[in-house]
Amino acid sequence: MSKSNTILYLDGVSVSFDGFRAINNLSLVLDKGEMRAIIGPNGAGKTTMMDIVTGKTRPDEGEVFFDGQVDLTRHDEAEIAMMGIGRKFQKPTVFESHTIEENLMLALKGPRSIFPALFHRQSAAEARQIDDILGIIRLGDKRRELAANLSHGQKQWLEIGMLLAQDPKLLLVDEPVAGMTDAETEETARLLRDIARDHSVIVVEHDMHFVRELGVKVTCLHEGSVLSEGTLDFVSADERVVEVYLGR
Amino acid sequence: MSGRFFAAGADRRIAITIFVLLAVAVIVPLLNLAVSPTSAFYVPSYIVALTGKYLCYALLALSLDLVWGYCGILSLGHGAFFALGGYAMGMYLMRQIGSRGVYGNPILPDFMVFLNYKELPWFWTGFDHFWFAGLMVLAVPGLLAFIFGWFAFRSRVTGVYLSIITQAMTYALLLAFFRNDMGFGGNNGLTDFKDILGFNVQADATRSALFAASAIMLALAVVITWAIVGSKYGKLLMAVRDAESRTRFLGWRAENIKLFAFTVSAVMAGIAGALYVPQVGIINPGEFEPSNSIEVVIWAAVGGRGTIVGPIIGALLVNAGKSWFTGVLPEFWLFALGGLFVAVTLLLPKGIIGMWDSWRGNARALRAASLAEEAGTEVGIASATSKPARSPARNPGEWSWSDPEPQAAE
Repeated sequence: MSKSNTILYLDGVSVSFDGFRAINNLSLVLDKGEMRAIIGPNGAGKTTMMDIVTGKTRPDEGEVFFDGQVDLTRHDEAEIAMMGIGRKFQKPTVFESHTIEENLMLALKGPRSIFPALFHRQSAAEARQIDDILGIIRLGDKRRELAANLSHGQKQWLEIGMLLAQDPKLLLVDEPVAGMTDAETEETARLLRDIARDHSVIVVEHDMHFVRELGVKVTCLHEGSVLSEGTLDFVSADERVVEVYLGR
Repeated sequence: MSGRFFAAGADRRIAITIFVLLAVAVIVPLLNLAVSPTSAFYVPSYIVALTGKYLCYALLALSLDLVWGYCGILSLGHGAFFALGGYAMGMYLMRQIGSRGVYGNPILPDFMVFLNYKELPWFWTGFDHFWFAGLMVLAVPGLLAFIFGWFAFRSRVTGVYLSIITQAMTYALLLAFFRNDMGFGGNNGLTDFKDILGFNVQADATRSALFAASAIMLALAVVITWAIVGSKYGKLLMAVRDAESRTRFLGWRAENIKLFAFTVSAVMAGIAGALYVPQVGIINPGEFEPSNSIEVVIWAAVGGRGTIVGPIIGALLVNAGKSWFTGVLPEFWLFALGGLFVAVTLLLPKGIIGMWDSWRGNARALRAASLAEEAGTEVGIASATSKPARSPARNPGEWSWSDPEPQAAE
């Protein structure tokens, strides 16, 4: 398999914690500009896979390449984030004691060292970028409110907005619609489809209705490796997937 | 919206604090030196020395606030940085004694003669110059904090584990400085100071000058902390406190962000120690006691951490209380201190400043509600009569300060 046109390339990746194999010989390839949905029952290794890609966990074996050439196993979280991989956590994680605007300001692409931050003055270009993102995530009217006062769904959007502010090449989005109303779920699907136009995206989600809304290729993980891959209809017709989900 | 009000209110509070400190730096020395001792306005010298000491404690509490209040690093070893700054100043003051010591040795301080030192240890070189000692006041605590923080934050030691190793750090230094062969006077520490920059440390004018220096330095530290906290870096500091992993996945190096604050804070604590030593006339290993560092945490908690002004108020109040209490009921002071900490934790989790804010927030909400009921004029008159002069005079400025841009009514 060629790595050249891939944004993310995992081959034969395994990792175990205290003897438990969370990821077992996992291979997964994401093309540039692709959006992929990853489904799988609890404990299938979805979040661990994201930990490996973002540098939080080192794999015991296997290859993890970003953009065809960067070996991600040699870098830590901050370096990987700077290369252009953004990650949204399962539980929405925003800076609650800051306003929406400040949250985005801290996420904006730019130098990441202390002295520039100490003497930072917001430029007009940055203000414009923040305005754009506020428009995309539809929180413009709340820009000066503390993030702590947002609803659960709005925090999810703010976190997605912070990923956009980073201007990453690849977005890893972990359960973006957990705890959202149906209307919010549809809105989030629209938002992610918009984002996928010019970014590569991996979405981990349990909600099949939402996955159908996304309308993208689906990978089903089970016990740390790929069980089935294809369109949602193909995957959900796969007997092994049905078995895993229904736990026969 | 209420968050913005509090933030704006806090800014005004800090500005007032800076102004008060600078005013005190001028007025108190004047009242001590220029006013006759029989006058009602005369400030006795012992009060000048005592409050000067409190101001040093306040600076120490402020330095802890930068790391604890804004970055969530609960250091239980800040007393160590304070003591190291104090020792650097103490070494300068020892060298100023010259041949006026008991043994009359022009080079060696008394304790070295007593302990049969033949020559000055290498690390005492340069301390006869004030500029060098001043540099060491900044460099020694700063360097220790940098090295300590480098390892601790890089290995991602956080929370209670970090607190424990800071405590271990100050305890290790306590044991080291107790040793006679460390060359810092062992158990007795450094004392019997005569001159600072050629002026008698006991003289009223010198004490007043040290008091003024402490107040000005505290004001300066407030300005610096305020600027740091208000910058983008300050926002990052709080972001690390609230969601460290989020900052990492945004590409920030949380360890460097913490390290910078920790080092700046240690330097501030060192300056506090250096101003403290000439005012109390002694520095000994007791300053490294872990309980001292814990007391600093209590000051900050009582005043309200993460507010800049709170820890200063906390340090002044608790220490004034301590001076009074140890005079009246000496055996009960530690119980009172422990009780105070429990009471603050249970009843005022955000300290005095936090209580003040929520009380003001409630009052403001009530006022806004009654304004919204179109009963503005009557309420205004009523409050003017019930609280003469204060609240009506303050309201307009408050609004224009806190809310520079037009906003919708609440």
